[in-house]
Amino acid sequence: MKTIWKTSLILAITTTIVACGGSDKSATPPGASAGGQGGNTSATEAAPATAGLFTAADLHLGDIDQGMVQKGKTTYDVKCQACHSTGENRIVGPGWKGVTTRREPAWIMNMIVNIDAMLSEDPEAQKLLEECLVRMPNQNLSKDEARDVLEFMRTL
Amino acid sequence: MKRPLITTVLAISAATGLLVLFNTMQGCRPQTTQAVVQGDAAGKVYVRPGAFDEFYNLVSGGFSGQMSVYGLPSGRLLRNIPVFSVDPQSGYGYSEETKGMLMTSHGFVPWDDSHHPELSQTDGIPDGKWCFINGNNTPRIALVDLGTFRTKSIVEIPYCAGNHSSPFTTPNSEYVVSGTRFSIPMGSDAERDVPIESYRENFKGTVSFIHPEPESGKMSIAFQIITPAIDFDLSHAGKGPSDGWFFFSCYNTEQAYSLMEVNASQRDKDFIMAVNWKKAEQYAKEGRGRKVPAKYLSNWYNEETHMTETTEVAEVLQLDPRELKDLLYFMPCPKSPHGCDVDPSGKYIVGSGKLAALLPVFSFEKIQKAIAANDTVGDFAGIPVLKYESVLHGEVKKPGLGPLHTEFDDKGNAYTSFFVSSEIVKWNVEKLEVLDRVPTYYSIGHLSIPGGDSRKPWGKYVVAYNKITKDRYLPTGPELNQSAQLFSIEGDKMELLLDYPTIGEPHYAQSIPADLVRPREVKFFDINKNRHPYVARGEKESKVERKGKEVHVWMTTIRSHFTPDNIEGIKIGDEVYFHVTNLEQDWDVPHGFAIKGANNAELLIMPGETQTFKWVPKEVGVTPMYCTDFCSALHQEMQGYVRVSPANSNVPLKAETRSVDAGS
Repeated sequence: MKTIWKTSLILAITTTIVACGGSDKSATPPGASAGGQGGNTSATEAAPATAGLFTAADLHLGDIDQGMVQKGKTTYDVKCQACHSTGENRIVGPGWKGVTTRREPAWIMNMIVNIDAMLSEDPEAQKLLEECLVRMPNQNLSKDEARDVLEFMRTL
Repeated sequence: MKRPLITTVLAISAATGLLVLFNTMQGCRPQTTQAVVQGDAAGKVYVRPGAFDEFYNLVSGGFSGQMSVYGLPSGRLLRNIPVFSVDPQSGYGYSEETKGMLMTSHGFVPWDDSHHPELSQTDGIPDGKWCFINGNNTPRIALVDLGTFRTKSIVEIPYCAGNHSSPFTTPNSEYVVSGTRFSIPMGSDAERDVPIESYRENFKGTVSFIHPEPESGKMSIAFQIITPAIDFDLSHAGKGPSDGWFFFSCYNTEQAYSLMEVNASQRDKDFIMAVNWKKAEQYAKEGRGRKVPAKYLSNWYNEETHMTETTEVAEVLQLDPRELKDLLYFMPCPKSPHGCDVDPSGKYIVGSGKLAALLPVFSFEKIQKAIAANDTVGDFAGIPVLKYESVLHGEVKKPGLGPLHTEFDDKGNAYTSFFVSSEIVKWNVEKLEVLDRVPTYYSIGHLSIPGGDSRKPWGKYVVAYNKITKDRYLPTGPELNQSAQLFSIEGDKMELLLDYPTIGEPHYAQSIPADLVRPREVKFFDINKNRHPYVARGEKESKVERKGKEVHVWMTTIRSHFTPDNIEGIKIGDEVYFHVTNLEQDWDVPHGFAIKGANNAELLIMPGETQTFKWVPKEVGVTPMYCTDFCSALHQEMQGYVRVSPANSNVPLKAETRSVDAGS
């Protein structure tokens, strides 16, 4: 009984957080989904963000490019390392070791550059939020920076 | 039975007396609020949840020394921007980086009295780039950047005492001005140490032209013009045909220096001073001024190093109109003029004699003719006084009592505030005819129309800034916030829509369509452009170093932890500097930093920014620190410890954040 109660509580909290994150699009606060959009006179006029900015077709993963890996590592140190280890352990978010074998590259790219929409729409992203309880920050990486980070991940 | 009756009678008499007094104090208070609010006022000010206001309304914080930002038409308070006063909420004036913004030649001045916000202009139209505001008490002008809504630059004004007629702008913000309210003795110590009663002989005034660099917003004094000893009150630049001229209202032509309310109100007319600033600029460029010793500070906030840069200046260029001709002219203006307002066409200048029962409107064309024809009635302390009738476009007769300020719509109409009769009066500038009047609650000072002092008013609303609040809101003890009132001016009749309380005493305010401001909005600072000398770009750069008695901590924040969050090896007698870099790169994710017993305030660090908190521990033990801004579900876990040991301790200096299962 006690366990059930606990579970429901966690579920309730999670649901609240996810809802605040904008699962109901009409209630999305401007900062939550419109990170890169400005100049709108009304928050609700903002174009709806969709989770699938990248598809597999957008990404060409060939041999590992060491130049990109280095750039990705530099960005990682400034913007990602505070929460993600390069090992298996979780700090705030999951460790990155083997992440490119667990996740589709396009999904990773969408998580990096389009986190708010992913947290609103993508079940896998929402599952991670339920585990970590901290919304992954939008660190405002450009698409190229994100691609370099992905290349760095492929080496882990 | 007898006594209660007497008491009742007394009470009734007292109440009647009060009522009479009250009515007298409020001047003509012809109608109740209920009577003047008509139609769908609520619908006109309702901004539905999630929607934005049409205008930014930048309001002086008066004696709070700040500037507040409201949305119009809702009257919602959006932000209170720290300018001249310390702000514990943001750490402005407390952090090591921002303390310098409040440095002056008098040392650290943590307060001022700010009166007039003035939007920067391009071609005479507010451009949404900056908003200037004056510091009255320790004369300064500040520039607030409308990209960050932060104070970017503050310059001190030398040889100024009471910077009231400021910071009004020329049509391309080449200059903003300062006019001294108090004339003062100037020069060497011996020239300044003189009896007050030698006012006429030894005192002088100045008007200063301050140049903001177009890119950086750094400000410096381009030149000052020395004037006879009088008091300057308000000012406005010419525009269109009158571009190149500036107009200052002056009072105390009696040259009184005591019991001013009587002694400075003797003469039938004081002056509006016309300044040919293009000519002054030319004289300055030709080197015909005199560089005199002065001491003033110009502070500028560098958004890449996230630090104040202070320049100390040792001289100022002064122009003497007795030697340099055609700079200044006085125009007689009835009884202690306050507002000095130029209409959108630039053809007319309205003087508001606060003790006068009429409103004079001067014609720029006639001023030029009078100057050319030397049509004067003599001089005042060597400055020519033009003949009143020759420069007058006309007078608005019996408009109300106590005219103070005038703003304009885009249909050729003027709106003047009347303090004594507590009303706004609408009149036609060309025809000088009164068209409408509406009571304000109570005793209006300034009024403000979006773009209402520029070439392009957006004539939709006028806001009254009232001096007396009394019974407008639920009472809050003896001290009440002052009231603002929003009126629609779209129709023939002004229509009261909304009341809202304000912060400090908002003298003046300006408004601008939000669309002109929003393209420059800054959401966070790019961490890769952060050039703070103690930045930690990522947790790998976090560290702690001792330099003698100084301990420097390179600290980072991200949802939701500090790195380092365990620090040991601090000793009594140390000065600890926490240089906190917020690693977040998204909008609206500041982190706070506070430590027990600190004798300052918190830090509130914006994403990508570095701010420094100085702490001098006084007690041995373990002291807590934490994040003050709710940042995530685990905000309450965002905390750490600092161990403080005795002065002679050997505890090694160490700083870390330990992960339960630290990976590579």
